[in-house]
Amino acid sequence: MVAQYFNEMYDSDKLRPPYRTLEGWYQKMPAEFRAIKQAEAEDLFRRYGITFAVYGEGGDPDRLIPFDMFPRVFTAEEWRRLERGIKQRARALNAFLSDVYDRGEIIRAGRIPADLVYRNEAYEIAVAGFRPPLGVFSHIVGIDLVRTGPDQFYVLEDNCRTPSGVSYMLENREVMMRMFPHLFQENRVAPVDGYARLLKRTLASVAPEKCERDPKVVLLTPGHYNSAYYEHSFLADLMGIELVEGQDLFVEGDFCWMRTTEGPQKVDVIYRRIDDAFLDPLCFRPDSTLGVPGLMNVYRSGGVTICSAPGAGVADDKAIYTFVPEMIRFYLGEAPILENVPTWQCAKADDLKYVQEHIAELVVKEVHGSGGYGMLVGPKADKATIEAFAAKLAANPSNYIAQPTLALSTCPTFVEEGIAPRHVDLRPYCLVGRDIELVQGGLTRVALTEGSLVVNSSQGGGVKDTWVIAEE
Amino acid sequence: MLSRTAANLFWMTRYLERSETTARLLDLGFRNALLPNSGGGYRNEWSAILQSKGALDQFTEKYGELKQRNIESFLFFDMDNPSSVASCISAARENARIVRTALTTQVWDAINLSFQELKALGRRERSSLEVPELTDWSLRTAALIRGAIESTQLRNDGYRFMNLGYALERADNTARLLDVKYYVLLPSVAYIGSGLDNYQWTTLLRALSAHRAYNWAYGGELSAAQIAHFLILNPKFPRSLLSCCIELNAHLDHLARVYNRSTPAQEAARNMLGELAEARIEDVFDEGLHEFLSRMIGENAGLGKCIEDQYLIGEAR
Repeated sequence: MVAQYFNEMYDSDKLRPPYRTLEGWYQKMPAEFRAIKQAEAEDLFRRYGITFAVYGEGGDPDRLIPFDMFPRVFTAEEWRRLERGIKQRARALNAFLSDVYDRGEIIRAGRIPADLVYRNEAYEIAVAGFRPPLGVFSHIVGIDLVRTGPDQFYVLEDNCRTPSGVSYMLENREVMMRMFPHLFQENRVAPVDGYARLLKRTLASVAPEKCERDPKVVLLTPGHYNSAYYEHSFLADLMGIELVEGQDLFVEGDFCWMRTTEGPQKVDVIYRRIDDAFLDPLCFRPDSTLGVPGLMNVYRSGGVTICSAPGAGVADDKAIYTFVPEMIRFYLGEAPILENVPTWQCAKADDLKYVQEHIAELVVKEVHGSGGYGMLVGPKADKATIEAFAAKLAANPSNYIAQPTLALSTCPTFVEEGIAPRHVDLRPYCLVGRDIELVQGGLTRVALTEGSLVVNSSQGGGVKDTWVIAEE
Repeated sequence: MLSRTAANLFWMTRYLERSETTARLLDLGFRNALLPNSGGGYRNEWSAILQSKGALDQFTEKYGELKQRNIESFLFFDMDNPSSVASCISAARENARIVRTALTTQVWDAINLSFQELKALGRRERSSLEVPELTDWSLRTAALIRGAIESTQLRNDGYRFMNLGYALERADNTARLLDVKYYVLLPSVAYIGSGLDNYQWTTLLRALSAHRAYNWAYGGELSAAQIAHFLILNPKFPRSLLSCCIELNAHLDHLARVYNRSTPAQEAARNMLGELAEARIEDVFDEGLHEFLSRMIGENAGLGKCIEDQYLIGEAR
């Protein structure tokens, strides 16, 4: 059973080179020492205040995401290919967004059905015809990748709105360097701590043309009750920018202003971590108290830049996902470097028939779902669950897509009895502004339960430090 | 700086100072309860202490009789009591969490650690916790946080708002502690000058960590006038009303300079300083100690409101 998954450390019992020094490290680690280190790690995370609240679960709002000390390692060569693939995808997704809010050439060319775009819930009619600075819509693109073999990677999904988790990438590294400094002496691990500087530079590079000074960048958060608040404040701090809530901003004249102890100050770029729907009660949901009334008017008249641009969500929809390789060919004239997972659109009769016949082998997901909710992992589910899900599918087929159950790679992970392989995925964070940037690393999520393929932190997943070994 | 951030910093330090005061009051009550009462049994000043925090009604409603154990829990752990040590530390940490970007790692660490330790204390068997351990912990924690602020925070406007919070709250608390002693604990003048009275004055000084300092400053003799002078008018004692007022003025003046704008807050603070700097302790007793303290508490609160209007709402131009 275990042999059918690609183990990133032991390829058919042979130690793979990037993990060379780690074998001795874990084998020589006494159990008591490991327990001490694990407690130390937990203590560090608590002290940094890195906690994660799960929506709608109640319970401890100061819950920690479990951190696994066993790092996940890539060679420079592996990473180079991933990097090219990720950047290519980020370029294509942005090209797609500028196109569908402009002339829609890809639709005119018949490569993507018009309905899928224009009738998509995430298509934002309020910004149709508006071109944001440099034509960039999605400034931070999180691309979820899984691996099934030494050279086989698949893109599971794209996140073009406000992908979260990057603070874990940074803090996991901090904690590892503090606890196991010798590992970093033995391995030349590429640093990730330039991320915040790159992010700030990216955001400043898309300031509106009206801005004729050093741009004032702020991070807009829904507030400290949000589950990702820690990350918001962490990033704002690293970038040295104000962390604002909707109540701290107001619109007057053609600009957006911030309330300060010295009176109102003009804001040029807003890195928002709230959803489109809450941005501006005058334009979107009228009951939103998280946003800023009138903000969209200022945005559309070029007084302020909003990152990611409102409407960017139409590119990361699960139904659009299928067409990303097509976008790469259409806009860039290149062959896709990273593959998509084969996907069945349940909206299509043929696909639906196939899915219904093979539901026990497939992963079925809601088109608009996220966070590992509303999905069925066929091979892991019991009969009753499958039947219940099949009924939901039959009732509203167009709400679902299906994919084969992938043989996700595993990485050694500390478990009670020692180490054991556990399934992992990877989310790198690609930055798009004047340049396209990617730090060498990302967030590795790990399914801590034996055999589980669901890595979402809301479903009991953990995280690992992710290493890219620098080139000699 | 964001007005909301300034408000969080201001309230963070107010809560921190308040938690320290509650711990000091708890210590005061605990020491007083070790004193024999003149009419037999032991003295019980818990009701006076609860009254000074404006919490007597709330306590009796929840617990009924004034049992020492319950009062200790009420003052330290009870989250229903907004000025319990636990409530104040939680509120301070919540304010700090919101403005983490304005704090250094060391300051956040110190505040967050105190919150985690507080939770650990709460999990321990209540009978294994003696009051001195709780109050020692509180004072040590307060000193740790204040030390982190002093040694690591940038001397920017945020630092000023933190110090304004500390000074404003401290002035209020010193006035209240003194008022408890004078106004409620000693309704009958006959006690003044008796041995028992001396012990209580000492307890008060101890509760303000001012016991030894007082001896150095006044040569060891206890008198109501000198103690009042020490706690109200002595600029060397960091908790005296005058010291707090000097602090308030220094930080407000700094804000006026960096913002290039003087506001009614500066004016109110200068008026208070003018009075305290000129006053003699005889004037205070002529007005009546309680009357004087009540007036100071009121003026101090007025200054707090003024700071809020001018800086923490973000509408003043």
